[in-house]
Amino acid sequence: AMLRASLRQVSAALKEGRVTPTELCQRCLALIKSTKFLNAYITVAEETALKQAEESEERYKRGQPLGILDGIPIAVKDNFNTAGIETTCASNMLKGYISPYNATVVQKLLDQGAVLLGKTNLDEFAMGSGSTDGVFGPVRNPWSYSKQYKEKSVPKSHSEDEESNWVITGGSSGGSAAAVSSFTCFAALGSDTGGSTRNPAAHCGVVGLKPTYGLISRHGLIPLVNSMDVPGILTRCVDDAAVLLGSLAGHDPKDSTTIQDDFKPFELPNLTDVSKLSIGIPKEYHAPGLSSEILALWSKAADLFKNAGAKVVEVSLPHTPYSIVCYHVLCTAEVASNMARFDGLEYGHRSDMKDSTESMYAATRREGFNDVVRGRILSGNYFLLRQNYEKYFVKAQKVRRLIANDFVKVFRSGVDILLTPTTLSDAAPYTEFIQEDNRTRSAQDDILTQAANMAGLPAINVPTALSERGLPVGLQFIGRSFQEKQLLTVAKWFEKQVQFPVIQLEEVKRHDSDVYQHQKSASFS
Amino acid sequence: VAARGCGGVWRRARQRGAGQPGSGLGPFPRGQRAVACNARGGAVPAGKSGLAPWVPVVGLEIHAQISSNSKLFSGSQVQFAAPPNSLVSFFDASLPGTLPVLNRRCVEAAVMTGLALNCSINKKSLFDRKHYFYADLPAGYQITQQRVPIAVNGSLSYSLCIDNKMRQMVTKTVRIKQIQLEQDSGKSLHDDTRSQTLVDLNRAGVGLMEVVMEPDMCCGEEAAAAVRELQLILQTLGSSQAVMAEGQLRVDANVSVHHPGEPYGVRTEVKNINSIRFLAKAIDYEIQRQIEELENGGTILNETRAFDSKLGCTVPMRDKEGKQDYRFMPEPNLPPLILYDAKSLPANMNHQQVINIDWIHERLPDLPSVKRKKLVEQYGILPEHSFTLLNEDGLAEFFESVVKQTQMKPKKVIGWILKDLLSYLKQHSLTVKESPVSSFLLADLLNLLEKKEISSTAAKQVLAELWKGEGKTPLEIVKEQKLELLQDQKELEQICQVVIDGHKNE
Repeated sequence: AMLRASLRQVSAALKEGRVTPTELCQRCLALIKSTKFLNAYITVAEETALKQAEESEERYKRGQPLGILDGIPIAVKDNFNTAGIETTCASNMLKGYISPYNATVVQKLLDQGAVLLGKTNLDEFAMGSGSTDGVFGPVRNPWSYSKQYKEKSVPKSHSEDEESNWVITGGSSGGSAAAVSSFTCFAALGSDTGGSTRNPAAHCGVVGLKPTYGLISRHGLIPLVNSMDVPGILTRCVDDAAVLLGSLAGHDPKDSTTIQDDFKPFELPNLTDVSKLSIGIPKEYHAPGLSSEILALWSKAADLFKNAGAKVVEVSLPHTPYSIVCYHVLCTAEVASNMARFDGLEYGHRSDMKDSTESMYAATRREGFNDVVRGRILSGNYFLLRQNYEKYFVKAQKVRRLIANDFVKVFRSGVDILLTPTTLSDAAPYTEFIQEDNRTRSAQDDILTQAANMAGLPAINVPTALSERGLPVGLQFIGRSFQEKQLLTVAKWFEKQVQFPVIQLEEVKRHDSDVYQHQKSASFS
Repeated sequence: VAARGCGGVWRRARQRGAGQPGSGLGPFPRGQRAVACNARGGAVPAGKSGLAPWVPVVGLEIHAQISSNSKLFSGSQVQFAAPPNSLVSFFDASLPGTLPVLNRRCVEAAVMTGLALNCSINKKSLFDRKHYFYADLPAGYQITQQRVPIAVNGSLSYSLCIDNKMRQMVTKTVRIKQIQLEQDSGKSLHDDTRSQTLVDLNRAGVGLMEVVMEPDMCCGEEAAAAVRELQLILQTLGSSQAVMAEGQLRVDANVSVHHPGEPYGVRTEVKNINSIRFLAKAIDYEIQRQIEELENGGTILNETRAFDSKLGCTVPMRDKEGKQDYRFMPEPNLPPLILYDAKSLPANMNHQQVINIDWIHERLPDLPSVKRKKLVEQYGILPEHSFTLLNEDGLAEFFESVVKQTQMKPKKVIGWILKDLLSYLKQHSLTVKESPVSSFLLADLLNLLEKKEISSTAAKQVLAELWKGEGKTPLEIVKEQKLELLQDQKELEQICQVVIDGHKNE
């Protein structure tokens, strides 16, 4: 089960020569092809990936691999710049755009020998929570095709069953989540502005880490909201997330908002005693629309900690209800600003309209952006107007500070980690999801995740159980600023307790040469 | 003619004011000036309409390009007249995903300038985005300092002559509202025949210091003197080369007129001024235009006007920015700019990573005003001569070098420097550095004069020969042309005798 192995396991296999980087890369590429219907990848960089694998193989042959990531196939969300490989943001505006430089995180991965398989699908410019609003079409959740889901969902008719029943991945990093979940890569980069890494991680049953703001460089990440964007990490397990974090974190002279201090990569201890731990349960996360199934799971998880001897306390983050509205104001304002550069002059789409420079700008932006992006630009500009600035933007900033202070107070009171749901429910079928517009969906879907971005805190989704429909459900842990080690250590302990089931996919079975092992299913739910 | 007359009114009023003790010698609040003008209203001819005279108000916004190797937020080189788009980094072209990284040198230049202009330096300043769409602004916004600029509340003292013969100088002060760091834009070239706009981004992102002067001036001459002083200060500091012709110093003037005691009039902004001489002209023209407009019953529009140096007048500009809302927003990619002084400097901080205001203060060079004072004190020259010496790049150094190499009194040397050297250079449009006569040669010549080996008439003849730059020393020229003064009494007696003998019959 090489493809289903964790990053650390496959790295060990590479080192021991049980598999070569080229074999591994080829297997991943083959699986990408046979799971093409998931639409997880926008660009598959087959040629460069194989070349990178070959170079990695040389290093292994010489006995000089670059480290744990050498030869590991990874995928990167298509809003990170990759030199020589198209970077589209799933937008007509950047279709065909080839960046001349690598994002710092991409460069770091390549420098450590990782093999870049391709660029993953997303909502246009990462604006969305479904990975349904990109110009290359929606991403399909691999669990839609799992044995677990198929067994539980009631087909309407035998033939249209898969067509009408497939569920969304969540978003906006849905492509990356689907790629990790369907075993086409061992880790993927996402971005997380309001939950864009954790939300699809929850829906796709993978680990999704949003590190502390400033811990990982944003240089080369095409911004959504500069003051909240963080590169996200999607992996099969918490240990793998720690590996990726260690290889990406630290000061970048090209990003003035990164921490000055050096970051020391860490290995996660196996926690045996949680009795010194204080877990906070923020009552405000019992939000309207939270499914009873998730509520039950959340309280079960709290009991799990309690029974293991941890202190579990209900805490209050009183400004949480205002968070999503403020997030909307701050997000659209920065979007309006960040999108101003797309005018068709230096790069990207340029309209044929030639009446005047202004009409060319207008047509370029109308043709290049979808309704969601244009809508956010419009409202953002409205909030930034001189007569509105104080009323909306400044007020939202003030509330943002209050939200951040809520967290500070709770952590100061002795709470180590907060435990919350990641999403309100399991993944919706696509047909159901698109009944509502992007704005409504985002407001609902980001509700439990965006406060961590407002406060800049690290947060992680840990896959916890399968829902009644056989779909993944995850819980979120939120930690103190720059206390990733503590956060991940607790997440790892929890991960071990819940034994989240492995997705059972026919496609993977075919491509993974090893004996298919039937795993225990849904041990925690 | 009517406008000229009105111009005369305010011009005379100002000159009288300046001549009165106390009123023109230091900073004075705006209100007082208006009252002062009002009080004199009866004494000066009223305007055509028979109302009180007009009080012009002039404020300046000056963009000084920072002299630095690289741009404000990127590593691209800064260089004038490089091939188009050859100095453009990914950030300068606003490629998606690029981030600004503040250039330390630009911050230091702004701190130096702020200190030299008596500003208080903000230990914490912020960057903002100012949005507008323009072809030479690739990001769609300019990073500037709208909310909290790096330096505020300063002042600049400048002097100007109050008569045409440069005999009487007065010192005035203009308040500096603030100095802010910001990015320069690129350049757009419109090719009308092919209806194309060509964009050169070499200048995009170069560091600028915007110096905002309060409306404490009242005519072109004052504005010109203030800008000239600022230019000298910037050049002395090295914070900007401040060459107007190369666009390193760009001045926009806000001009309005009102009657004494009344609120300020509607102001216009005059742009496109590319020399100090034109600055004075543009402002004076605009003042007269506004007065004429108002006296003819018209109104002044709050508009941007361009100075047309060929026609010598201001014309309405098709305003690219119009009345638009810049939708200012904090720049999220740059943390607050924190500066330290000796007191606040953390002990364990890496010195490479912090900027210490006191450290910069201690190392400020002598400013022009101090240099002038030193010249006057050290050499006993007239104050106005010290101005002339500093006004020409390198002239003060030339003067001092000559003084060092000659026995002639500095007071006498200055005459040769200003009357002979400077007028020759001006006539031939040469800079001091291009002078065919070095300080060494001039000192040589003045030594011959001082030792009475030649007459001053002969010295002028020698100098005329020296200008040719043929490599001869003054002594060689004197010998060649036999210009020596005869000091041997016997020889003189002999010559006299010969003359007398030759005229015995008369």
